[in-house]
Amino acid sequence: MNNTDLKTQLIADFKTAEGRMNGEAKSAVHQVRQQALERFDKLGFPTTRHEEWKYSNVKNLVNQAFEFNAETNFSAKDLEEMPIPNLEGNILYFINGIYNTELSSIVSPDSELQILTFAEAAKTQPELVEQYFNKYSDYQDNAFTALNTAFAQNGVFVHVPDNKVVAQPIILRFISDARTLNVASQPRNLIVVGKRSEVQIAEAYRSFGENASFTNAVTEFVVGEEANVHYYKVQNESDKSYHIGTTSVLQAGKSVFTANTVTANGGFVRNNLNIKIDGEYAEANMFGLYIPNGKQHIDNHTAVDHAKPNSNSNELYKGILKGKSTGVFNGKIFVRQDAQKTNAFQSCKNVLLSEDASMNTKPQLEIWADDVKCSHGTTTGQLNDDALFYMQARGISKDSARALLTLAFAQDVIDKFEIVAIKEYLQTLIEEKIYQL
Amino acid sequence: MLKISNLQAKIGDKEILKGLNLEVKAGEVHAIMGPNGAGKSTLASVLAGRETYEVTGGEVDFEGEDLLELAPEERAAKGVFLAFQYPVEIPGVSTTNFLKTAVNEMRKYRGEEAMDAVQFLKMYKEKMKIVNIDQSLLNRSLNEGFSGGEKKRNEIFQMAVLNPKLAILDETDSGLDIDALRIVAEGVNKLKSADNATIVITHYQRLLDFIVPDFVHVLYKGRIVKSGTKELALELEERGYDWIKEELGETV
Repeated sequence: MNNTDLKTQLIADFKTAEGRMNGEAKSAVHQVRQQALERFDKLGFPTTRHEEWKYSNVKNLVNQAFEFNAETNFSAKDLEEMPIPNLEGNILYFINGIYNTELSSIVSPDSELQILTFAEAAKTQPELVEQYFNKYSDYQDNAFTALNTAFAQNGVFVHVPDNKVVAQPIILRFISDARTLNVASQPRNLIVVGKRSEVQIAEAYRSFGENASFTNAVTEFVVGEEANVHYYKVQNESDKSYHIGTTSVLQAGKSVFTANTVTANGGFVRNNLNIKIDGEYAEANMFGLYIPNGKQHIDNHTAVDHAKPNSNSNELYKGILKGKSTGVFNGKIFVRQDAQKTNAFQSCKNVLLSEDASMNTKPQLEIWADDVKCSHGTTTGQLNDDALFYMQARGISKDSARALLTLAFAQDVIDKFEIVAIKEYLQTLIEEKIYQL
Repeated sequence: MLKISNLQAKIGDKEILKGLNLEVKAGEVHAIMGPNGAGKSTLASVLAGRETYEVTGGEVDFEGEDLLELAPEERAAKGVFLAFQYPVEIPGVSTTNFLKTAVNEMRKYRGEEAMDAVQFLKMYKEKMKIVNIDQSLLNRSLNEGFSGGEKKRNEIFQMAVLNPKLAILDETDSGLDIDALRIVAEGVNKLKSADNATIVITHYQRLLDFIVPDFVHVLYKGRIVKSGTKELALELEERGYDWIKEELGETV
């Protein structure tokens, strides 16, 4: 299947699905879908000639055939093979994109929050969904976001009203069951957090089976004034997985949004994190960790747009690369003319554990205001030889010394996780991966 | 315990050790003194197994084994300890975690069972008393942001925990005020026994007021050119190194 074929297939799929709709085809949400499809048709899949995709070639992805939202006999027993011990909270399972009621459990009271599947929300609360849907993730220049928007169906709609501290985290587990065929899914999540409310939300991506999987995810956050949101994205997918994910955030004044993106494993990963700070005295934190080996490719594109004065953004991404793996970090900081007294800090640090691994870093700062503090720095290097020798001189073997140093390098990002079960899960996952590196 | 014969080593094209001989027996304290650039720190690094130095000749016998054949971690497991002149900062690894790993890796190498958390903690607390070191320092990332005195005291604490047969203190006195010096020296003296040995590498005599050596050697241009007892150190302090050079027939 070539590029045009996958595109043609998707466009045909869209028309078929549309034909099966009744009243919904006329809904405002569907109007957006139609526009998005047209845009996708026009854009096509990006090539490396596209500046934003220069180092991430999706040729292998678009040359494969995938079954979207494939039916599966995934069961609770299969789930036991991919445990996250002691996981508590509102846990929602999506298998190949389809919400699984049996496995999922919602524990928070209705007064604290509403969680609906995206499809359900579009039917039962069209006004609320319309109000927010696709307002924050721009698909005009991103074919994958356009594609996701056109097929927006799976995923969740979370609404936290004003003045609520949600005690239990929301954990979304997206599992690609590729045991029998190549599967694909397009989760679409919309999270609306009211004024002065607090919530923790995690997305965990996992694939299993021998075949390829493709996830094209879009998550939108609308963060109200003085709200505090912790967002975690944890990726542990197979070497044959393709993951394209975009998280778009709109922050109101005095809000705090913290994103932690950890890619423990994945074949081809592209994460876009776009934050717009549209209020004063707000704070955006972006932390990331990626550990590719073999021929894995992990690309993180982040953008923070300071539109109003007196806000802070703080970014730290760390990479550990081995084998012939490749990594990309692109960090954009925009400071608009109005956004005086902005503080924006960005740092990306990488350790290459093999000669064949490579990392491309590109900080991009566009600053129109004159009274701001911005800094950025990227480093890519090897483990410190002096430190290795020091450890060896204390009886620690070279391999252990390397692992200990590497783990220490990653530790501060892992420590940012406040959901204990996920932090412990990650700790184990990352230790295992580092010791096998 | 240690017998160094005709040791030669270079870094890049530069020969630094040019036929060094030294014998150290259990229970002894040896001081190695010498002017800057004589090869004192090179000797320490070569004994610990640093790869940046290339050994071009000679032998080092440690307890009947060819020390030069062993990897740095193997030397450590067999009981060689180097207190670094410049201890390396290891961000993200606490002293405690570091030493727990070190102790158990050494035990594994020696075919001993790993210490469990309770055993380790008991031993650890005892050693803390000996060196008079604070718990809070040990919970911090190893050497990161430590003062000069804290780094050196931490080195001696590591020595206490790892309990080596042969300790090599590489300019442990450099950068220390007299109080810090006294504390470090006290730690070393408390750890001294009839079964272990210490090599104190120093530029100045003052450390030797606190750690009293059985033998003093002068290292100059890559060789031991003079050996004596602690009185030699005092003489060097008083007269400097020029008279040694004169004795060697060099014009000063």
